[in-house]
Amino acid sequence: MLAYTLKRLVQGVITVWFIATATFIAMHNVPGDPLSNDKAVSPEIRKNLEEKYGLDKPVMEQYLIYMGNMLEGDFGISFTQQNRRVNDIIREHFPVSAILGILAIVFAALGGILWGALTALYRNKLPDVIIMFLVILGISVPSFVFAALGQLTLVNVNALLGFTLLPVAGWGSVGHMIVPSLVLGLGTMAFLTRLMRSSMLEVVTSDYVRTARSKGLPPTRIFLKHQLRNAVLPVITVLGPSIAAITTGGFVVELVFAIPGLGRYFVQAVQQLDYTVIMGTTVFYGAFLVFMVILVDLIYGWVDPRVRLE
Amino acid sequence: MTEASFNVSDFEPVSGAREVQRISRPSLSYWQDAWIRLKANRRALISLYIVIGLLSFTLLGPLLWTVDPAAQDLDQVSQPPGADRGATIVGPFQPWEGATANAQVSGQEGAPAEIRLAEPATTQAVRLLWDPVLDAAGYRVYRNVFPAEEGRALGLPLAEILSPDRVSFEDRLDLEARTYYYSVVALDPIGEEFPDFTSLPVKVIRVITAEQAVERGLAKPGALKPGDQVQLKLHPFGTDYLGRDLLARLMFGAQVSLFIGIVAPMLFVLAGILFGSTAGFLGGRTDQAMMRFADFVVALPFLLFMILFKIAFGIGPGESGILPMLLALVLLSWPATARLVRGQILQIRQEGYISASQLLGAKTYYLVLRHMIPNTMGVILVTLTFAVPSAIFTEAFLSFIGMGVAPPIPSWGSMCNEGIKTMLSHPHELIFPAVFISITVLAFNLLGDGLRDALDARMRSTE
Amino acid sequence: MSEVITDSGDSFTRSAGRQLLLLGLLGVAGFALLMLVLGWLSGLTGSSSGSADAVDAATGTITLSLSGEPPQLDSTRMTDQVSGHVMGHIMEGLLRYDAQNRLVPGVAERWEITPEDAIFHLRDNARWSDGSAVTAADFVFSWRRTVTPSTASEYAFIMFPIKNAEAISNGKLHPDQLGVRAVDPRTLEVTFERPVSYFDKLMAFSTYLPIREAFFNSRNGRYGADAEDLLYNGPFTMTRWVHGAHIRFEKNELYWDKDRIRLNVIDMPYITSDSNAVLNLFKDGKIAVAGLDAETLDNALEQRWHLNRFNDGSVFFLEFNHRPERLTHNLNLRKALQLVTDPGELVFKVMKLPGNLPGESLFPVWLRGVDGPFRQEYPAPQHRVDFDAARRHLELAKQELGLAEMPALVMLTGDNPISNKQSEYFQNVFKKTLGIDVKIDKQIFKQRLAKMTSGQFDMVMAGWGPDFDDPLTFGDLFSSWNANNRGRYNNPELDRQVRIAQASLDPKTRMDAFAEIQRIIYEDAVILTHYERGVVYVRDPRLQGVVRRAVGTDPDYTNASIVDS
Repeated sequence: MLAYTLKRLVQGVITVWFIATATFIAMHNVPGDPLSNDKAVSPEIRKNLEEKYGLDKPVMEQYLIYMGNMLEGDFGISFTQQNRRVNDIIREHFPVSAILGILAIVFAALGGILWGALTALYRNKLPDVIIMFLVILGISVPSFVFAALGQLTLVNVNALLGFTLLPVAGWGSVGHMIVPSLVLGLGTMAFLTRLMRSSMLEVVTSDYVRTARSKGLPPTRIFLKHQLRNAVLPVITVLGPSIAAITTGGFVVELVFAIPGLGRYFVQAVQQLDYTVIMGTTVFYGAFLVFMVILVDLIYGWVDPRVRLE
Repeated sequence: MTEASFNVSDFEPVSGAREVQRISRPSLSYWQDAWIRLKANRRALISLYIVIGLLSFTLLGPLLWTVDPAAQDLDQVSQPPGADRGATIVGPFQPWEGATANAQVSGQEGAPAEIRLAEPATTQAVRLLWDPVLDAAGYRVYRNVFPAEEGRALGLPLAEILSPDRVSFEDRLDLEARTYYYSVVALDPIGEEFPDFTSLPVKVIRVITAEQAVERGLAKPGALKPGDQVQLKLHPFGTDYLGRDLLARLMFGAQVSLFIGIVAPMLFVLAGILFGSTAGFLGGRTDQAMMRFADFVVALPFLLFMILFKIAFGIGPGESGILPMLLALVLLSWPATARLVRGQILQIRQEGYISASQLLGAKTYYLVLRHMIPNTMGVILVTLTFAVPSAIFTEAFLSFIGMGVAPPIPSWGSMCNEGIKTMLSHPHELIFPAVFISITVLAFNLLGDGLRDALDARMRSTE
Repeated sequence: MSEVITDSGDSFTRSAGRQLLLLGLLGVAGFALLMLVLGWLSGLTGSSSGSADAVDAATGTITLSLSGEPPQLDSTRMTDQVSGHVMGHIMEGLLRYDAQNRLVPGVAERWEITPEDAIFHLRDNARWSDGSAVTAADFVFSWRRTVTPSTASEYAFIMFPIKNAEAISNGKLHPDQLGVRAVDPRTLEVTFERPVSYFDKLMAFSTYLPIREAFFNSRNGRYGADAEDLLYNGPFTMTRWVHGAHIRFEKNELYWDKDRIRLNVIDMPYITSDSNAVLNLFKDGKIAVAGLDAETLDNALEQRWHLNRFNDGSVFFLEFNHRPERLTHNLNLRKALQLVTDPGELVFKVMKLPGNLPGESLFPVWLRGVDGPFRQEYPAPQHRVDFDAARRHLELAKQELGLAEMPALVMLTGDNPISNKQSEYFQNVFKKTLGIDVKIDKQIFKQRLAKMTSGQFDMVMAGWGPDFDDPLTFGDLFSSWNANNRGRYNNPELDRQVRIAQASLDPKTRMDAFAEIQRIIYEDAVILTHYERGVVYVRDPRLQGVVRRAVGTDPDYTNASIVDS
């Protein structure tokens, strides 16, 4: 177990190095000039700016410096916010995205498991039909449409009630989190519901459930211990990739609901060609996702006794 | 001792055609069987028809509905489907001098005594005249779609006229055939409004010049004279913010969205097959190294790198940006298929029936053709079907954050992006492209489900 | 699959259903708990809620949204409008603009300006937020820092009227040699490089704000990065700055003119440029002012709000590439394109926002001339759309260029929705009327700038906003030496007129020169003016005294007050 964990961690570190290199290469092939701005500047000033960001050095040297700094955990200074470090930017904005993401994934997982179990239980009956219709909607409607509709609904509900039930945009309190995280988790929830449903149906027909029933075990025990627990396992495996989908999918929700997350910041940085912020954010996200996947795998090995970690 | 007697015929192989048992139903090939199963799945079949319908909408539609998706009809901007299209022919637009008056001589206090129309109000221009106000330093002109109210919600502030002598205003702003309520308020020298205002309801009629009618193909030159009635171009799905035909744009947008949605998965699945089967066949160290590389690519945060690659490849002038998007999608998406194919190949290589046919003397090409390909094709086809919706979503998402295809090329995603801003006032601009995206995504998802059920051997055995 | 569930009866289903319900309730409870915990955690990380009402008369608080995050608040390196807006509330320069847009005393209580120099007498009750006096040395430090090459200030050029500023900024002289001197703590002396007629107007510009040297040095290069990394001398202090999320101003009790300020708190807990989000926040009564765009106008009308309009002073145009190797170097081609361009149709039928004015001249309508508005004294050249004349010019152009067919032209444009709309519209117009194909080259901001600078375009959607209140802020844009003249237009006659306008102190001579520039730009079709940008916005009726202006802090809430309705 320990050896396996260590091996995965080493692999993870190499992967992060690969991500950093890929980002660096992509970034330096982007046409355009990160130092330009509305007002043209004199060559002298430009030279100073290039020196400040080390853009006057050969690319290989820039790469080595960048890697060296990254090893020390330093992503450099932002190009647009000239006295803020990228580390500060990530430190301030990532928790927001993370909170949104955690809520969305928990919502998606809880909802997916519950609805999926429900539909399997009432297969081909009314609840199944209704939920599967909603699931189809959730899978096939783009997230930005949901986000816009979600905000619109909030405004109308508030107007109808005459007071602010939930704030329509912004960030900071529990109220601000509810609708954005629901919108963010919706697509994943629909996906997980489908997965849960089919996995539940598979479990229901399995031999051990049949055995359990013929042994005369109480329904509660069969349902919880034999069906639900086993059916949940495949859902947990896809949680890792889902986390990736949700954290980056947060862009849209953050844009629409004016949430100061890292995703929104990344989109702005791309438009401004803010080299250091783009590289820092990408590498950070990449590392985050890599280690999340490792974590999920480890948890899976722990939950599912059938999986033996080498 | 008796001599054993053998005939030559005794040493000939026994005919294999001996009927040992009767096969109860005609033998089916893998694909025939799959097709029968797919046909039995009603949802998958309907999805298949929808996919075929979408493809013909995209490919045949433009042949039937030959409206230029780039043609702008500025007389019918953001019209919903089924809007009134009648228009009256008028002469060409003539500039208007307006009118002046001396407020200190003829002015009255408070608000203008009356607002008049200088000439009939048309969608070309609404020309207003009013009586001057004593001590006014200027006027502000408002236009509303509701009657003026006491709450001072006078509507759109059209203009500020910062001269006491000018008592006229020409409105040309986005005029539609409806009733407008114009209000004029006098301003004091520091720009504050007087408390009173005067209003005038104006019924605007839709007009078009004979020249424009000819240009838009509504009539032959010389056939129309001012006062005639014409019907403007029909737009069955309405028009967008530049008066372009939404149906035509949906068709052309479908070409972009479906192109990316279908071609990108085909390309990356192909790349994945090549990579994965090479790794699977070669095995050993090479396999390990190749798969590690695939792991690295999988670890790249997808959307971040989509955006990064998209801007790194850049779009040249006049280019649509479809190719960079395609390339980015392929570069980032191939490893999933590669892993899958490699796994399948490794698995199949160890199957008993492969060893069996090898023992029976099957050649490699036979193995590959008869066993490897059919057995992996199913999985690949399913992957392909499920990859289509995600590629379409990716395109839509990139277009939504403004990194999609370049104008004037439409795509469903960019149309949604435009439509979402006018969601409340012109919902049709959002609904149509969004519905098309949803239907496509849904159809491919259900088709993928059906295919998986039909092709997956394991599923078959449980039934 | 066999029907395992139903054949064993509904009792199992019911029991399982009950358990699911229980689990569901547990799940919801857990989710709520998690949310509470995370809400508490997010409170710890510094963000805070914005659920207060738009206007609170009891506490004198207004809530607003901000269109973007200020990159930093170091006045020597500021470039953008949002920073300018923020700085206008928390800092004060030597002079400022009042509610009627007149130049009034700020930190300086009086001043004398001669053709050679200027002397500013600072008031003795101007204080920094740490209680120390604002002195002449604070200005000297800040101005020297702006022109120091290592600061890399993009706005260093605005100091060039001061003696030696340009030479210092090019690294030829030491910053100490800048023509500014603290005679004593309350007297600032400025020596000019050349006579400037608009120097007083520059004093309200944010690059000319003071910085306290000791404080600056104590921040270790983080000056202006956070709320505590700034000293304030303006009407408000910034008490909170959560990046990308929240900015809060509170009334500065040490401000010398604090009786003028009637708001206690300006809270900006929303930082977003999404017009739908802004509209929804206003609808919900959460913010006191909301900008509208063409798409949200209809909805605003239905809400029966009182709408306001205002021109923000910038001019947008199609700039040609005048480099000799480009087709657009040909005057007849430019003329042909000019004659089919109808700014009226663009503004009224395509952009559809009532604030925008059809562009007739590089010089917008709000500029002041000799006595009255410049454009009333010197009307813009009459523009008439004329397809036949345009086609004649196009034929001439083809002959001159030796082309049988006009090849496609490249139109460079930004990636914002407005310029998309515009470029699609003009692509259609040029194709329809002249048969000229236009290739749209849509690029993100920095890529568009790079292409503009290196000249990879035939025409580009561009715009220009004023820096100071004088026609020169537009007038020298197409002089051959201006680095912002990215089409490289080069006309000795225009250069001569710009020099006259720069050097002369006589208003009439200067305005005549600007009129000449206006004429040349139209007749030579240097650019095709499209529109003067307008803004339509709604304001909570209880909030009064908000000042909008083309040059200076905009919008300006320092004179605002809350009225009870």
